[in-house]
Amino acid sequence: MTSIVCKDLCKTFQQGDETIIGLDNVSITIERGDFVCLSGPSGSGKTTLLNAMGGLDTPDSGEITIGDVRIDELGKGPLADMRLHNIGFVFQAYNLIPVLTARENVEFVMQVGGMSAAERSKRSFKILKEVGLEGMEDRRPAHLSGGQQQRVAVARAIVSQPTLVLADEPTANLDTVTSSQLMDLLVELNQHHNITFVIATHDIRVMKYAKRLIKMEDGKIISDEAQSQSPIPLGEG
Amino acid sequence: MSTSLNIGIRMAWRNLWRHKRRTWLTIGAMIFSNLLLVFLISLQFGSYRMMIDNTLKTYTGHLQVQHKEYNDNPKIRNSFQDIVPLADKVRKQLGSAGITAWVAARGVAFAMTSSEQRSYGLQIIGVEPQYEVNVSTLPGLVNKGRYFTDFNAEEIVIGSVLARNLRVDIGDELTLLGSGRDGSFAAGVVIVTGIFDSGNADVDRSMAQLPLGYFQSLFSMGGQGHNIVINAEDLTLVSALQNEVSSILGEREELSLLDWNRLQPGLQQAIQADMASAWFMYIILIVLVAFSVLNTQLMSVLERTREFGIMMALGLKPARLGTLVFTETFIMSSLGLAIGAALGTALAWYLSIVGFTYPGMEEMAGKFNLPDRIYPTLSLLSIFLGPGIVFLCSLLASLYPALRLFFLQPVSAMRAV
Repeated sequence: MTSIVCKDLCKTFQQGDETIIGLDNVSITIERGDFVCLSGPSGSGKTTLLNAMGGLDTPDSGEITIGDVRIDELGKGPLADMRLHNIGFVFQAYNLIPVLTARENVEFVMQVGGMSAAERSKRSFKILKEVGLEGMEDRRPAHLSGGQQQRVAVARAIVSQPTLVLADEPTANLDTVTSSQLMDLLVELNQHHNITFVIATHDIRVMKYAKRLIKMEDGKIISDEAQSQSPIPLGEG
Repeated sequence: MSTSLNIGIRMAWRNLWRHKRRTWLTIGAMIFSNLLLVFLISLQFGSYRMMIDNTLKTYTGHLQVQHKEYNDNPKIRNSFQDIVPLADKVRKQLGSAGITAWVAARGVAFAMTSSEQRSYGLQIIGVEPQYEVNVSTLPGLVNKGRYFTDFNAEEIVIGSVLARNLRVDIGDELTLLGSGRDGSFAAGVVIVTGIFDSGNADVDRSMAQLPLGYFQSLFSMGGQGHNIVINAEDLTLVSALQNEVSSILGEREELSLLDWNRLQPGLQQAIQADMASAWFMYIILIVLVAFSVLNTQLMSVLERTREFGIMMALGLKPARLGTLVFTETFIMSSLGLAIGAALGTALAWYLSIVGFTYPGMEEMAGKFNLPDRIYPTLSLLSIFLGPGIVFLCSLLASLYPALRLFFLQPVSAMRAV
């Protein structure tokens, strides 16, 4: 099943008198269960494409379809519902809600989605265990390391069982070991839950985890290649 | 907080305490204004009650039985028969019913009053000496001579200004000339037995009291009079008393029973005018508090723009985020309401027992034969009216910061520092 189709996406930004091209006729198809890395230098359009695919930003022209839904045609409310139920986000700066504990951060999205308290609790404990945070459920973000916070963010992104997870530089603030552990975790989740991952990064170490590597420059896709993933160290994450 | 509690409420509660000092300052402003409002409104209600009581006890009374045309057309002919027996009947039947009330009959006429040197027009009130002291403060204001005691004595009590104008003193004679009820010529000579000083120059200049028996004889009233004044024990008991007196009056269709509101419409208007000016001040206070809330919540929303952007990215709709801001304000306002209303109630309750006075009040009240302390009146209205409005205005003030969230774009919001 096709997970996401972008067709002729264009996006420009105005910076003073200068027009900056964010996306320049970008077309891409990503299958369900894929593990894609978008790479390229700063300003190449990785984040812009990610935001457009996640419905966080609207393209100036072009089409974006997730499953059977044209998200570029959705209004604010349906788009929010789409993100809530079908798309998970992992951000560079973790972006957890500081006043909520790890478990509450994970549960929050489910509560907004209308899930029962019992089910929320069951799922949050399970997913936090899965990302290696058992026993840390009641810690607030300030009492977790960067890697642990990013694991909570990953748990939050996948707990609602979305079809697509978009991650923007998820390892940018992490050290090498923690980055590696996080990427192992993402690959494991991709394989076990059949979740599609699209990761924007300019970290070569992250790129080696991708099944498919798309390189971007000046808002255009300059290469799109399938590659073999690095060996997955299951159980060591 | 309980884990079963809605995460949104938990989040709102914790968000409030991210900036403890700012939150406490805002809640403190609410507490202060609510305390002040409860105290001032209770004091205001208490002072109105005192003002009504004092005004009515001076002369008018809580209720009056009159000829049905007398209130609109207070002429000597609009009198009714057997006023003294009727007053006795009302007094006895109220007593039998176990109702504490004070009843006195009066006649009212106008006459020219002359001393040896001067003449002045004057309102003459015929009163039952034995009972008048219970329905009017005027007998207690006699500060020279004495109040008359004989129902038929040819004696008069006049005001200090009139005494000075007529140049008379205790024991001097005054000649009264007027028209009787039947149109006949009314003339008599009375001896000044008392001079009162009510503090109201108009009253002291233009009103005098005679014993009702002599009044009826002088003005050819027969057994007639103009009003039976009835005072209740407390203002709150007036309507029950009114019902009882109505049933006593029975089928005497020529009579009407008027309450103080009909007798002194100006009193209610004065209270309403005072209330309006007081509320002007209260509204300023409430608006200041509302702006304080607006400031706090706007700051709070602005510095959490990034956080709101993240929540929107996760799939929260602006309405949900607005609800969060609204919930925070609700919690803050509830704390302000509860603590402020409790402190205000405690203060007003304490003063409702010991009374409230200010320098000079005792001296002034003693002069006018009035209570020397104001007692705040606590009621659900005085406790919750002011704080309730502060609460609602605070919630309204949070609408603007909440509505701003509807214009937030997730991507630009997440870029906010």
